[in-house]
Amino acid sequence: MTQQTAAQAALVRALKQYGGIFLSLVMLCIIFSFLNPRFMSVVNFMNILQQVAVIAIAAFGMTWVILLGEIDLSVGSIIAVAGMVGAQCFAFGLGFGPALAVTLIAGALMGMLNGVLTAKLLLPSFIVTVATMGIYRGLVSLPTNGAPAMIDNATWTAIGTESFLGLPIIIWVVAVLFVINQIVLSKTSFGRRAYLTGGNREAAIYSGIKVDRLKIIIFMISGVMAAISGVLLSSRLFSAQTNAGMSYELDAIAAAVLGGTSLAGGVGTMVGTLIGALIIGVMNNGMNMLSVPYFYQLIVKGLVILVAVWLDVRAKQAKR
Amino acid sequence: MHGSTTDTVLKISNVTKSFGQVAALKSMRLDVRRGRVHTLLGENGAGKSTLMKILAGVHSATSGEITLDDQPFRPANPQQASALGLAIVFQELSLCNNLTVAENILATREPRKFGFINDTALVAKAKAIVAELGLPIDVTEKVGNLSIAQRQLVEIAKGLSHDAKVVILDEPTSSLSDSEAEILFDIIGRLKSRGVAVIYISHRMEEIMRLSDDITVIRDGEYVSTHDRNDVTIEALIALMVGRRMDEIYPPPIHDRSKASAADQRPVLAVERLTRDGEFADISFKVDAGEILGFFGLVGSGRSEVMNALFGMKNASGTVRLDGQDVRFRSPAEAIGRGIGFVTENRKEEGLVLGHSVEWNISMAALPDFTGPFGFTRGGAERKAAAAEVGRLAIKTRSLDTPAGALSGGNQQKIVLAKWLLTRPKVLILDEPTRGVDVGAKFEIYKIIRQLAAEGTAILLISSELPEVLGMSDRVVVMHEGVLGATLAGTELTPETIMAHATGFQS
Repeated sequence: MTQQTAAQAALVRALKQYGGIFLSLVMLCIIFSFLNPRFMSVVNFMNILQQVAVIAIAAFGMTWVILLGEIDLSVGSIIAVAGMVGAQCFAFGLGFGPALAVTLIAGALMGMLNGVLTAKLLLPSFIVTVATMGIYRGLVSLPTNGAPAMIDNATWTAIGTESFLGLPIIIWVVAVLFVINQIVLSKTSFGRRAYLTGGNREAAIYSGIKVDRLKIIIFMISGVMAAISGVLLSSRLFSAQTNAGMSYELDAIAAAVLGGTSLAGGVGTMVGTLIGALIIGVMNNGMNMLSVPYFYQLIVKGLVILVAVWLDVRAKQAKR
Repeated sequence: MHGSTTDTVLKISNVTKSFGQVAALKSMRLDVRRGRVHTLLGENGAGKSTLMKILAGVHSATSGEITLDDQPFRPANPQQASALGLAIVFQELSLCNNLTVAENILATREPRKFGFINDTALVAKAKAIVAELGLPIDVTEKVGNLSIAQRQLVEIAKGLSHDAKVVILDEPTSSLSDSEAEILFDIIGRLKSRGVAVIYISHRMEEIMRLSDDITVIRDGEYVSTHDRNDVTIEALIALMVGRRMDEIYPPPIHDRSKASAADQRPVLAVERLTRDGEFADISFKVDAGEILGFFGLVGSGRSEVMNALFGMKNASGTVRLDGQDVRFRSPAEAIGRGIGFVTENRKEEGLVLGHSVEWNISMAALPDFTGPFGFTRGGAERKAAAAEVGRLAIKTRSLDTPAGALSGGNQQKIVLAKWLLTRPKVLILDEPTRGVDVGAKFEIYKIIRQLAAEGTAILLISSELPEVLGMSDRVVVMHEGVLGATLAGTELTPETIMAHATGFQS
């Protein structure tokens, strides 16, 4: 009896928090399955999950940054750099393990630069990451003078193409990263410090939270998540492209904001961000299946984001 | 002039206001007369803010009638209220820090030329307003460069610059020093002589008795009584306000320190020649375990700056000894780790994360104590500790998960106290611990401070309220313009001596 009521209470809480945005997702799915009977199938949903993986992982990192009241616009460029670093590692004859390590370290370093410039030089993260977005995007072309670089390492390309226990590896990666991010955010003191600092930076400082260090670490998390996205993207393309991940930072921001992350800081969860990423994935997939021209897709996506966020904000205001 | 000086300008009859099922105001009434100061007195949560918001047009009354100059008064928004002749100076600062004083004072009413703001006229008009009020403020200065007290005066100038029939001042002196408060009282005098009615809200009984002509007491959303200032005493008003007799404002010490043995009187914190260029110089004092050391000084005397330096927020030269050991904190984290707690001046800016829960706010400074293996938060222990503090300090909250911002001012302040109690500090710095807190909650906070001292915590109590410093401290350090005026104890502790040192009339 009490267990049942506890479960009910948890369900009510979840509905209150994610109800609006989850409803938007379900409605989109219903609309698309009416428009195209092939939309509602396991195979297609696997497809959507794989397509959304790159955005979702970058959005997990973005959620940390936005939670702190900052922004990271360099994510799309880091995705491209990561692919190129991997490709160059293989060109130098490194194996899969060392190449992956070097790629992730590169992501961490790029994030660290964002964090240090923001925290120590007291520059707004919007400006810092607009600048590094350009710098990192330029760095991608240095090794090949702008040409794509092929990747022929079998393990690397398997990540984006093979399956494990019946599920594509790429979905396993998303699932594992989702669980890790959500646990660190909700169950550790590190996550708590992010919430508190995002909620009121001054109060956090006076309570002994080292907010500069926290900020640098969180930008590093964003950098590493983007680098993992870059690995996935390059493995699916069998190559590193200089224009890879272009404007993905905006999709990542949209996913986080759709999921209820507040740009003012202090509010947000990975669950919400995952739902937000799925909305973007469903829209892309559904409209592609209907052969909607790309420019119409952009217009529709923009409108859906506006409406979904407006519905969510309205629901939360009504609760007060 | 506006006719005779005794007729009613603003009349509130039988006004009620409900938010859903909750009645915030029940049959409220008020009769405000021209050229008089009418004080509205009540504890936090008594309904003063709701009533003011109805007058300002932020809320609308559920029922009842309000008339201004015998005309029905139902403003739809603050702009309309002010156009009809009712100006409000809110307690919370509503200024834009990156604009100048002149731009703030005349915001939304800037003089224009061809549709563009006419800067010369703007500055001239603002200068005239400031000069008329006698404020010592440069109107071309950016508000962000002013002290909190100066900002409050700008706020007042902004409210008064409308040609108002009724002016509402909501706790205008809460961040003013005594000399700045004098400027305000002078302004109020000028308003009265112009026939303007002033509705005054304050928790400071001395200034209420000095300024008011009429005093109306409200309690739990209901009208209690209205008195002529000459027919009533502070004690009677407090009794009416809290609905019970308040025998003492300051609880007595739990142990008599004068009888303490020499062994008990070991200094926990000793500060020598602490100096920070441009802020304070040569500050030396020490505080014993269980002692309450008061810090008094006018706004701008450098009290808060000294405390920030002690807490590792700012660098300073000089020596600080904690339990006989030289220490130098480079961050608050280090200071907290060594047993220093700091209840900061502005609970909303530096004390609380208003959007997060009571529990999270209470455990915030002691988070390392609630962190287990792999950085996981020990949720059970955290919740238990937070619940214990809520019980010990009698914090009134629906649950531990309620956002801190939903609580009343007094309860919010208790959360800040609870946060620092959880860190078990050896030295607790309290910067204006009862600002914006009602009489009942003040008494409870004073009792908590006494209890902490009795348990051996060394306490630094900073306050702009002279009676509070006198009522609570064992010794008092007086600061004046960044230097130590005097350290007073025993029979030297009189309002006259302290003020003489604080104003620098005596050295």
